[in-house]
Amino acid sequence: MRIYAYILVMAGVSYLIRALPVTVFRKPIKSRFIQSFLYYVPYVTLAVMTFPAILHATQSPLSGGAALILGVLAAWLGADLFKTAVGCCAVVFILEFFVG
Amino acid sequence: MGKNMDKNMDRNMDRKKQYLEGVRDGVPIGLGYFAVSFSLGIIAKNVGLTPIQAAVMSLLNNASAGEYMGLTVMAAKGTLWGMALAMLITNARYLLMSCAMSQRMDPDMPFYHRLLMAFDITDELFGITIARPGYLSPWYMYGGMTPAIPGWMIGTALGALAGSVLPLRVVSALSVALYGMFIAIFIPPARKDKVIAVLVALAFASSWALSALPVTAALSEGTRTIILTVALSTGAAALFPKKEEADQ
Repeated sequence: MRIYAYILVMAGVSYLIRALPVTVFRKPIKSRFIQSFLYYVPYVTLAVMTFPAILHATQSPLSGGAALILGVLAAWLGADLFKTAVGCCAVVFILEFFVG
Repeated sequence: MGKNMDKNMDRNMDRKKQYLEGVRDGVPIGLGYFAVSFSLGIIAKNVGLTPIQAAVMSLLNNASAGEYMGLTVMAAKGTLWGMALAMLITNARYLLMSCAMSQRMDPDMPFYHRLLMAFDITDELFGITIARPGYLSPWYMYGGMTPAIPGWMIGTALGALAGSVLPLRVVSALSVALYGMFIAIFIPPARKDKVIAVLVALAFASSWALSALPVTAALSEGTRTIILTVALSTGAAALFPKKEEADQ
């Protein structure tokens, strides 16, 4: 039951964040600071959540690190979301054949 | 009368066309979601969720980073307030997307469309919907949601289910799909914007430092993420405010 309480809070807050601007505010955010803050937030959050967590997601930190490097290279060179994700998986799968 | 009927038929045809175009564009999104949510499901299982719970979470949230963050809060047995704050931070970008969408909605559109469209504002569906010219079509967005929502939900459920059946090496490999998706979101803008590139490097370094230092390592992963996100984004917004309206 505790898990469903967590899930409901997650869903409620996520929905409010998405629904309030299109239903209630409807006006553009004027503050340049808030605009900038909201612009930077997703990239910082995702970067913080990726490292060092990716090193512990795999059986060996070595393969997680390799997946990180390949992912960054692939995305830098223009690979889309799906290709980058699959590429990371492939590196781990192949490397852990040797080090796992 | 005949004229009105023609008009109604035109409108229905247009809805159908918009919807089908949405489905077409939503299929690759749904497939990508399936792969990524599979790795989310594996994490959910490790935290102790059943496949049903994992599916409900994904159906109601539709947020990769948000759900991942939610799972770290659950793993740390955080409070419900802590969970709400964590969602506010990790999903804050949807606030910005929703604001952008509100500027592009037909004032005459029935209100319930706003409520329904808001349900699935994700990076990808926002991207394809806002990229179309003119007023946003709710039917186009519903079309995109049609393959995207089941893809995300079923992938999570199967990840939670199969996590225990698949060989360890396969699970290990699939576990990085989620991080691969994160990387694919923050690297392309980092390539274009030096401020973001520096922020990403700082985020990596400080995230590693906080996880290694004895005092801060005691904090949960979720708490560390919130602290770093607020600190770094505030600093960047103060030092390097965006010049024009952020385009997403």
